[in-house]
Amino acid sequence: MGGRYGDVAIQPASITDKTFKETWHARALAVTLATGSLRQWNLDMSRHARECLPPKDYCAFSYYDKWISALANLLVAKGVISPDEFLDPIQKMHPLSSRKLLAADVAGVLSKGAPTSRSVEGSPKFLVGQSVKTRRADNKFISGGHTRLPKYVERCEGKIEICHGAHVFPDTHAHDLGEQPEHLYTVSFLTSELWESPENPSDTLCVDIWESYMEPVNDP
Amino acid sequence: MPHDVEKHSHSLLPSDPELKVKALETALVKRGLIDPAALDEIIDTYQNKIGPKNGATIVAKALLDKNFKKALIGDPMQILEKHGFLGRQGEHIKVIENTPELHNIVVCTLCSCYPWPLLGIPPTWYKSDEYRSRVVREPRKCLLEFGVTLPENTKVRVWDSTAEIRYLVLPILPDKYKDFDEEQLSEIISRDAMIGTALIGDQS
Repeated sequence: MGGRYGDVAIQPASITDKTFKETWHARALAVTLATGSLRQWNLDMSRHARECLPPKDYCAFSYYDKWISALANLLVAKGVISPDEFLDPIQKMHPLSSRKLLAADVAGVLSKGAPTSRSVEGSPKFLVGQSVKTRRADNKFISGGHTRLPKYVERCEGKIEICHGAHVFPDTHAHDLGEQPEHLYTVSFLTSELWESPENPSDTLCVDIWESYMEPVNDP
Repeated sequence: MPHDVEKHSHSLLPSDPELKVKALETALVKRGLIDPAALDEIIDTYQNKIGPKNGATIVAKALLDKNFKKALIGDPMQILEKHGFLGRQGEHIKVIENTPELHNIVVCTLCSCYPWPLLGIPPTWYKSDEYRSRVVREPRKCLLEFGVTLPENTKVRVWDSTAEIRYLVLPILPDKYKDFDEEQLSEIISRDAMIGTALIGDQS
């Protein structure tokens, strides 16, 4: 949605705001994190599941409603539970219950995280300062699949700012096609390259972009 | 699975999100797939233990100690590990420094990526469509909505966290707080200042 028109003013937080506005927000977050321990999907798959909500639901649902609805779809798609159980729960131990996240393990799991950096053979294709151009923001492996190249920077020219080393590639990882790690870069774009009427043409945008999302540009 | 053949089982759940969560939680608890005590523990962690105080501790130190700041910008992970500030959604942290010439702002236009171990769970505005759609196109107008006006010659750089690198803004220390010690400083460094939508000393 980056750059989309029509959205109204931002409502900054007030100091009395709670971490979770509603009790069910906290529950939605906790259920989503806890089911991750069943190891039936990865982070890219769960992001993709949210993107796969029908557009009318995606627009209408609040933030945590998207999370919980996508989680329901993921649980069914991965064969963990049947949709019948949503309304008519079954009291029966699941084969995956041995992987259930226990309260005693929560602190360890949350503080460990899941780094996505990987060692790969071969040096980065691009150097800091080099000019690059992004390709179309579509998944090249699966039509309509997950990608992390935002639409608003597709086919735009930018400059390599930082090389981050290789990271898991979301376009394959979200679709059971493996991690296929690639070099990841921070690329800067002048706002005048991105928008027809930039707010200030000398401001910049930095976006983290995987190597295969870009091609080199020969500087004049 | 591509978008157009995805099955939408979620529509079988109650449409009220509160009931939706409840129904899903009940179904999963009955199959022994989640433990309600673990859910309480997760909520307690992000409600009471992990929040912007972590980020403010590090930022206050960096603003008072040049060597610490250099190390934090150069290799933050080592320092964060020492402070016990590693974890989920903070596996790869980068600290970006504001200067009189450059003001940094962080967003995630694709979802709501955010440095959890340093700032906790993102506020509602950070997750809102309004912020995510607009800040990349009109950051200065958005800053005004937060009550921030930048000097005319300060350039703005917006960081869209599209990968697993999480960005923390190191704000400028205003002259009037130069005599503050680390603890006093950490009290006035707000969450929003570390996202780039506030300056030190602003209320929020």
